Amino acid sequence: MADKTPILRIENMTKRYGDKEVLKDASLSINKGELKVLIGPSGGGKSTFLQCINFLVKPDRGRLWLDGREIIRARKKEIYGYRQKVGMIFQDFNLFDHLTALRNVRIALVRVKGMNKDEAQDRAIRELDRVGLKSYMHQYPAELSGGQKQRVSIARALAMDPEIMLLDEPTSALDPELISEVLDVIRDVRSDGMTMIMSTHQIGFASEMADEFVFLEDGFIVETGPPEKILYKAQYARTREFCSKITELYGNSF
Amino acid sequence: MMESLIILYGALPYLLRGSLVTIAVVVGAMLLGLVVGICIAAGQVYGGKWLRRIIGVYIWFFRGVPLLVLLFLFYFGLCSLLNINLSAFTVSIIVLGLITSAYQSQIFRGAIMSLPEGQLKAAHALGMSDRKAVMLIVLPQALRLSIPGWSNEYSIVLKDSAVTYALGVAEIMARAHFVASRTYEQLPMYFAAGIIFLILTYLGTKGLRILENKVKIPGYSS
Repeated sequence: MADKTPILRIENMTKRYGDKEVLKDASLSINKGELKVLIGPSGGGKSTFLQCINFLVKPDRGRLWLDGREIIRARKKEIYGYRQKVGMIFQDFNLFDHLTALRNVRIALVRVKGMNKDEAQDRAIRELDRVGLKSYMHQYPAELSGGQKQRVSIARALAMDPEIMLLDEPTSALDPELISEVLDVIRDVRSDGMTMIMSTHQIGFASEMADEFVFLEDGFIVETGPPEKILYKAQYARTREFCSKITELYGNSF
Repeated sequence: MMESLIILYGALPYLLRGSLVTIAVVVGAMLLGLVVGICIAAGQVYGGKWLRRIIGVYIWFFRGVPLLVLLFLFYFGLCSLLNINLSAFTVSIIVLGLITSAYQSQIFRGAIMSLPEGQLKAAHALGMSDRKAVMLIVLPQALRLSIPGWSNEYSIVLKDSAVTYALGVAEIMARAHFVASRTYEQLPMYFAAGIIFLILTYLGTKGLRILENKVKIPGYSS
């Protein structure tokens, strides 16, 4: 399955808001083609961790390597380049409201990657087609459903040819009947071999797809392991307690 | 009565040429205010502590000192102090422009802050620099939201432009005053001046309303 080259490595990432440490010495390493799923209670640090990984939130401490090269946060240009290789999917989509679906996908290709307009246009259409929204390409975000918006945002991230994708609760803001269309797209992207770190409460979906679960609580990575181990044979009581609650809610998967 | 109308009729082309001067002053001032106002708003939202403090003083100054005082200060004071030779017309555009920039900046600032923060995050996540994110994502939306406030500001600057008559700018008010004092037809002249201002207010706000509808983002009710 996944080839075992470490693609992203994070060491001792820490984030403090005032006195409160919301992320404490989080370390994680992911190989090419792997999917790691962050689970844990809301406010446990999942979202902060993901946003620290591409420096949308500035970590107070911690080091990070992509493809074995350390990313130095003080160098702005380096951060801009690094972010192009790290696709980000947000809980509330964050599409650009004043642009059509097509232009949402195209804008960074032209204005960040410097691709020429026609080439970018073709690429954007191809990515929208991939998420099943080619016929919606001239619609504005306000004219799309939540599920469609999230699929556009996935197309927007994929168009940049990222090496890894970060998904921050991609289905949490969706009506239940719209969740599956987004999960289907994520499944497709995953089966094309994309490396991903995703936080989610969709435990059934996650355990079917993930190589590893990472349980985060109070900013700590409490425990890491294969999904079935974390869900049913976790080492720590807190992990077991959370997992039994969440499987009760979202159903068993094994 | 008949005589008044004939004089008014004769003076009308003269007054209307004045309205071209008024329009030039107002358009110049509004555009200067737009450019400076956007910079100020961006500085206030994204700038550091010191920049925000300096901007605070700027806004306080241009909102606090009366227009007439600023016109005299710049035209008779600063220009001769610095030994620069600017026409009353140019000084009027600069002064009105700087004043409206202070007000416009607050329209833009409100619009920028009303945008969902997530879009800026998404722009950064795609590798955009701060400048690109603001230019490509924030401003196009903030400016759309600013049109109603800007239209209000336009009607204020239009009316304020009459004060530049004090520097001798040959705009509507100056010309109405000139004819009135020559012919003693005060009522019809100032009445005509008022009507011209009303028409210009109407045309400007109507035009901006059309623009607002034209650039409205589909699917949004506002």
